[in-house]
Amino acid sequence: MSSLTTSMAQHLIKSVKVFLRFCRRQDDMEKDDPLWQPLTGAAERSFSAVEDLKSENETRISPKIIAQPTRGLVDEKIYIRVSNLIPNKKFTLRCLLQSEDKDLWHAYGHYISDDIGVVNVAEDVCLGGSYTGKEPNGLIWSLKPVPGSRPALRLRKQNVFIPFLLNISVHNGHINDDFKDACSLALTVMERWYIAPGVSRIEVRENGIHGTLFLPPGPGPVPGILDLWGGGGGLVEYRAALLASHGYASLALEYISTGKKSTSLNNVDLKYFEAALHFLKSHPKVSNEQIGVFGLSFGTSVALNIAANQNRISPKCLVCISGSHSVKIDGSLADVFADIEINTGKSKIDENNHVIWREFNLPRLADPSNKVKVGNIKCPLLLIAGDDDQNWIAVESAKDMENMMKAAGNEHLLTTIIYPKAGHLIEPPYSPHIRFSNYIILGEKQKVVMLWGGQTKEHSFAQEDSWEKILDFLYLHLYSSSSKL
Amino acid sequence: MKTRISPKITAQPTRGLVDEKIYIRVSNLIPNEKITLRCLLLSEDNDFWHAYGLYISDDKGVVNVAEDVCLGGSYTGTEPNGLIWSLKPVPGSRPALRLRKHNVFTPFLLNISVHKGHINGDFKDASSLALTVIERWYISPGVSRVEISENYIHGTLFLPPGPGPFPGILDLWGGGGGLVEYRAALLASHGYASLALEYMSTQNTSINVNNIGIEYFEAAIHFLKSHPRVSSEQVGIFGLSFGTSVALNIAAKGNRISPRCLVCISGSHAVKINGTIGDVFTNLKEEGGKIMVDENNHFIWKELILPRLADPSKKVKVGNIKCPLLLIAGNDDQNWPTVDSARDMENMMKAAGNEHLLTTLIYPKTGHLIEPPYSPHTRFSNFISAFNQEKVVVLWGGQPKEHSFAQEDSWEKILHFLYHHLYSSSIGLSKL
Repeated sequence: MSSLTTSMAQHLIKSVKVFLRFCRRQDDMEKDDPLWQPLTGAAERSFSAVEDLKSENETRISPKIIAQPTRGLVDEKIYIRVSNLIPNKKFTLRCLLQSEDKDLWHAYGHYISDDIGVVNVAEDVCLGGSYTGKEPNGLIWSLKPVPGSRPALRLRKQNVFIPFLLNISVHNGHINDDFKDACSLALTVMERWYIAPGVSRIEVRENGIHGTLFLPPGPGPVPGILDLWGGGGGLVEYRAALLASHGYASLALEYISTGKKSTSLNNVDLKYFEAALHFLKSHPKVSNEQIGVFGLSFGTSVALNIAANQNRISPKCLVCISGSHSVKIDGSLADVFADIEINTGKSKIDENNHVIWREFNLPRLADPSNKVKVGNIKCPLLLIAGDDDQNWIAVESAKDMENMMKAAGNEHLLTTIIYPKAGHLIEPPYSPHIRFSNYIILGEKQKVVMLWGGQTKEHSFAQEDSWEKILDFLYLHLYSSSSKL
Repeated sequence: MKTRISPKITAQPTRGLVDEKIYIRVSNLIPNEKITLRCLLLSEDNDFWHAYGLYISDDKGVVNVAEDVCLGGSYTGTEPNGLIWSLKPVPGSRPALRLRKHNVFTPFLLNISVHKGHINGDFKDASSLALTVIERWYISPGVSRVEISENYIHGTLFLPPGPGPFPGILDLWGGGGGLVEYRAALLASHGYASLALEYMSTQNTSINVNNIGIEYFEAAIHFLKSHPRVSSEQVGIFGLSFGTSVALNIAAKGNRISPRCLVCISGSHAVKINGTIGDVFTNLKEEGGKIMVDENNHFIWKELILPRLADPSKKVKVGNIKCPLLLIAGNDDQNWPTVDSARDMENMMKAAGNEHLLTTLIYPKTGHLIEPPYSPHTRFSNFISAFNQEKVVVLWGGQPKEHSFAQEDSWEKILHFLYHHLYSSSIGLSKL
């Protein structure tokens, strides 16, 4: 691009001034201002000057980025295609997002445009960046905090009624991680939603239950899901919102409160979860039979306890991710956690000072009195685990459960999927893979960095694949099997 | 005791642009049963519009709109998008309505419901078995809306996100006047800096037809070309109805304002603008052209300017046009003689030797209001023309199925045409 000479610069400045004057409001202008009259004489000449200068120095039309869906659900695949690039040149595609915690996350890939100046992420090979190879969704699953961010972050949506805004940009050359001085050639924006239109959010504070119910639109009755997270506690809504967007009345349940008035875990036992199930079943828009339980981590242990318990509340099916049957809930959760934490002192620390919990729980599998009698489970059970889970003994537990169920004769109910190089936090796609993050251990004031495990590419595949299988499993057991009634 | 689990409706995209195709599938129905699918929308004017189709579920209790045959309703046959393009006002509505979006920053909310049996039109007592909601947007995320109400130009600029420079489009509607934004918002969502221009207002006295001449539109194009995020060489004009005539007048003028390309829908070159637009209307009145009325008292204006086609002095010299021109018309247009005009323009351009610039698309059984898909087809509606200020019901023409096909097909071709001439042809002009 030619450089501006002094006189051209002066001319440009003058023309821009003229242009800016034209854009001022009417009442700011003097009546004898030549721009008062619609585009005669000086005004027209000024515009022409600006146009001349623009076309002399103007760069080519911006590349065009097509990114779809413009407003999709978070678990939908993306399609990104850039055209009108200079052919056969190096470009970097970048996805930038700002979390609700104000951290910036990004993913990026190195490409070479083809003969007609096109990069098609679904078909082209990414040569480097936060992902490599032919990865249609790489720009979302490989998101990680930008250089200089606070350490040990985890990306979690708090308000499901606001989407994540993804800025997709294209840059000249192959840029590695540091985009501070890299201005984009083009930019587009996509929204990613955890909730579909029409789904309602209802705060539930009755019968001692503390949670949020997400209801699909329509008269119902729809199947219900009790949605349970793990020992980190709090009220995490986004997965329940997403499940409701797929047609399930989903109750995100808080059972470990992290708030100031720490609900005493002395008061939380299996009856609390049964009350939550009862709430779901009794809801006028929810089926009283087609209720499932969806658990991750400690939530999985809860689900197994409920299902194996010989009482009236029997779920229709269970989805159990990254958890174990080696946590029996006989009394209150306070007792249960105390029992687990006897061994916390035996947890390891890796070379980065990240806490590894996995192995201190291993001995539990040897003692039958610790373990839920999974032989009593009467409903289909989908068990999902990552073989690089550094937090919990999910894989060993899965094998042990298989053995117990074989012995009891109910292993036909069990489907197990173990994902290689996947870690503990198997979330809905396309959540970024979190290998470690800040964590507050229950009852302790200190914050540690917990190692969850997994390698990004394989973990992201596990999330994508397991979610598809989970949705098929839920549909089969909660929607379609009712048609036999 | 609870009944069986509700059927499950999958409708996608959940939040799409208005021109995106839809996918609707219902499962968990009782197999081999009659059901009715319905789409219900509440307009910003608080009128209800609906479309509906009669189906029979298959052996597995599934209805797939993309593949199954609709046996009746507001559309028939295998029509993947029938539930949106065949929308019409519900029974008992006010007459002669037209569905138009005012605020582009809120979506249309479409309620998709499934009902037992085959229901014909009257859903008052028909409770739904299941329901889902999808949003339809005229604007994609990141597009900004800038009000331009300076001293002279009155309009709204929609800018795509990013540094630019973008091609620009001057977006012109017709004789109904006012400031209509939704098409410009949609064009910006496809990557074009688009200026929706108001040039006939019944409220804003500065935009009076007696003050507005060609210079007004040239100022608007200047504005676009000079905008820091717009490429000064890649500016086109998109017109419908009277807007088409304006576009042709500008392009044929042969001065510095040369648009890069023109999209001209449902218009005619037989409207030459010499002075102001007010002068154009005065001339039309003086000519005393033929206005007809059909059996419903709907006004048919298509023969009003027909005699002008025989008079060269009344026609834009389209032989002077130097840029590619995409001409679109419906052969059931009851409002303007668009097909006759198209043929005449072809002849004039052949004689002048520039017919290689012209692409003409004439759609059968298609009326005047060829809008972006999947706008409902409006065969007639209330209209207050800037021409004579009366409120009448105007007959636009067209049959729903063919007209909707014309909208879908022409829009696809328009987007290709615009991309070819405003985006990709600039590759050859690179000065780097």
